[in-house]
Amino acid sequence: MTMAATASAALRPKDYKSDLKPVWCPGCGDFAVLAAITKALAFLELPREDVALITGIGCSSRIAAYTSVYGFHGVHGRALALASGLKAARKDLTVLVAGGDGDGLSIGGNHFIHACRRNMDLTYIVMDNEVYGMTKGQASPTTHPEWDRSKLTPRGTGIRPFNPAQMALTAGATFIARGFTGDPNGLAKTLVEAIEHPGFSFVQALSPCKTFRPEQMEWKKHVRGFDTEATDDAALAAERIRADDGMSTGVIYRRAFPVYQPGGAEPVGNAAQFDREFVI
Amino acid sequence: MSKTDLCDMSIAVTGSGGAGSITAGELLLSLAGKNGCFGIMRRSFGPQIRGGEAAALIRLGPRPIECMNDSFDLWLALDWQNADRFADEIPLRPDSLIIADPDAGATPAVVRELGLEVIEVPMKALAKDIPMGRPNMVALGLLAHWLDFCADEAGRLIEHTFGRKGEDIVGGSRAAFRAGFTEPNIVEARASRKGPERCDPGMAGERWDLSGNEGCGLGALRGGVRFAAAYPITPASDLLEWLSPRLDRLGGGLLQAEDELASINMIIGASFGGVPSLTATSGPGLALMAESLGLAVAAEVPIVVVNVQRGGPSTGIPTKSEQVDLDIALHGLHGDAPHLVLAALDHADCVLTAEWAVRLAEALQAVAILLTDQNLAQSRALIPAPDYRLPGIPPRRQAGPDEDYQRYALTADGVSPMAIPGTPCSTYVADGLEHTETGKPSTAAADHAAQLDKRAGKLENFDYGDLWADVRGSGRTAILTWGSTASAVREAASRLEEDVRVVALRLLMPASPERLSAALEGVERVLVVEQSHGRQFHRYLRAYYDIDADVRVLARPGPLLITPGEIVRHLEEWR
Repeated sequence: MTMAATASAALRPKDYKSDLKPVWCPGCGDFAVLAAITKALAFLELPREDVALITGIGCSSRIAAYTSVYGFHGVHGRALALASGLKAARKDLTVLVAGGDGDGLSIGGNHFIHACRRNMDLTYIVMDNEVYGMTKGQASPTTHPEWDRSKLTPRGTGIRPFNPAQMALTAGATFIARGFTGDPNGLAKTLVEAIEHPGFSFVQALSPCKTFRPEQMEWKKHVRGFDTEATDDAALAAERIRADDGMSTGVIYRRAFPVYQPGGAEPVGNAAQFDREFVI
Repeated sequence: MSKTDLCDMSIAVTGSGGAGSITAGELLLSLAGKNGCFGIMRRSFGPQIRGGEAAALIRLGPRPIECMNDSFDLWLALDWQNADRFADEIPLRPDSLIIADPDAGATPAVVRELGLEVIEVPMKALAKDIPMGRPNMVALGLLAHWLDFCADEAGRLIEHTFGRKGEDIVGGSRAAFRAGFTEPNIVEARASRKGPERCDPGMAGERWDLSGNEGCGLGALRGGVRFAAAYPITPASDLLEWLSPRLDRLGGGLLQAEDELASINMIIGASFGGVPSLTATSGPGLALMAESLGLAVAAEVPIVVVNVQRGGPSTGIPTKSEQVDLDIALHGLHGDAPHLVLAALDHADCVLTAEWAVRLAEALQAVAILLTDQNLAQSRALIPAPDYRLPGIPPRRQAGPDEDYQRYALTADGVSPMAIPGTPCSTYVADGLEHTETGKPSTAAADHAAQLDKRAGKLENFDYGDLWADVRGSGRTAILTWGSTASAVREAASRLEEDVRVVALRLLMPASPERLSAALEGVERVLVVEQSHGRQFHRYLRAYYDIDADVRVLARPGPLLITPGEIVRHLEEWR
């Protein structure tokens, strides 16, 4: 994809978009996530070449190709691992990670837990539509147990969904927020805060799937902002998450905590220095 | 430095867990090094984490040694606990000698049945009289006396090794060593016994004390690796433990991952960021990484995976050696996924092959799997300092700022310049989806064919030079082998009267059929030697090479290593 503007000129949100046409269905919430990301990057005036967007597999994970920053569209469930390696090697980059609820919370669940507790300076956006869209409508870890529209689980999953924010809090994420694609400006504002937060930032973006979960188009009637400010008290945050129906948006939890960054000290000498360790 | 009078001496030191047999063995090897010897030491453990029996298997001599001998000359038992478990690994002869503690209980059946001479030394009792003295240091003293090693040198070695633990330990260890070195029974037995014939003193030149895992780590750093991510697994963990502080020192780093799925993706991410990256694992971990190896192939991100083979499948025999991950390394990826597979042949070769693997991966933007095995990786060898010269291999081809940048541009050699994040204008999306030259996802047949050709061609058309194999000798009989088995094969060839050609493959994929044909020119019979029940190497040869000769196969599973004598017998019986 070709770049029109140079890095030094002030960039508008659309300068962070590529010229590829998304594969998403009309009405998909993910368009708004793309808009929010590009708005946040423009607001932060980040040079495109200094940003990397790392994704896994699924409808939403296609998002990397629709931006004009560096991107990596990896394998299913491993976006956080790819991103952690990149950030470990390249502290200077702003690294965003994005994907769906299946990618991040099911096949990638272990990486999610460990990325939260590792607290590297990453921003992770889960576009949550409670369904696997790319494989045509199966239940995900956030699907209600009685949702019976999938041929794979025709009587519903019978399994409780897990709450991503609660999971993130328990695992040690230091920034937890929820946004809604019906409010792209609010989501963009949340993303700005997430990117600016030093450490692991988790943003759950409620992103309706018009095709397989048309009832989610009603979400806009239920979504509202949290009526409280973000807290740095994990017990309080846990209580708020528990008491909430999952439809409140805004930053829930924010805590200053040392950022993990392996290695990266000033190099001393070269590999030849180690030869002498072996000499008899 | 005193001259040694040992010609070729194989020694086993065994004991229950915590008895210190491994420490005694390692110090003996170091002491041998200080006394001008060459040698090798393998460690053999029971499955227990702590408290299990352990054996240090050592072979010393005046010339470079890379494999164990067929039998042992001397077995020093600190105690006889579970000693029967080692009987298979410590083959004895009627003239083998035993040093044992009379207070350690009944000698095992294998020793009694052979009616071996036993020198009794009360190691435990001697140590008990010395504050902070330990029986294993008494044992070290006994062995040092038997081998005519310099006692002062041993004192310095003990000080160097235990200095950090305090003066008490150093003093106690030195006193215990001295008690063993001057113990009357050993002195008398040694004096009455004609020693092994005096050999030439050691070769001149710098010698190294190196494990295979350390060799791979060093080669990786020489090749430019500055990031590693890994999940602990036996027998690869000590490579990673060696790397971690040294990567820090070189300004890089190591990230301990939550699993192998993460570690492989972490190094792909780091390499995407422009930093040469590596992970190390063993069979089960490699299996977990297989999906993402395909990603690195498709996205053309250079990475190196060192796979230290162990007994399989599944958890198998994790502390013992086998050459059984050849199949998965060659063919374990999904899709048509061309990649490099290399194997190190001996300790010095670990340095060379690891550096080569990194440089090839970087130059070709490819996945390189480097195979070693537990035998090579976890043994220590006293060797001539590695001395090699790699052919000129260009560094990773990078793209500058380019408004019309095409990440996967079709080029003459199949390698396209890679833009590193931070490079203005050349932003792109690395993708595991099939793609066009720009990186845009594509399902078009023409794009798929073009990119498949590109990824295969860049590996097939590269000139790997003479390093594809180690070829020695010129006879009409050839032995074809790979990996650490090469050492036993070379020694077998040296024992045979007829001139035997040895071809040990270092580069397994891409295959080099023309080069092998040339190397086997005039050969009438070929013995294939490998440590695998399933004949993985032989099947690989059948698939990729035409061998115009009679072929026989010596394929045997681990954990008992193929010995030189076994190979000699095989060839002698082939008439």
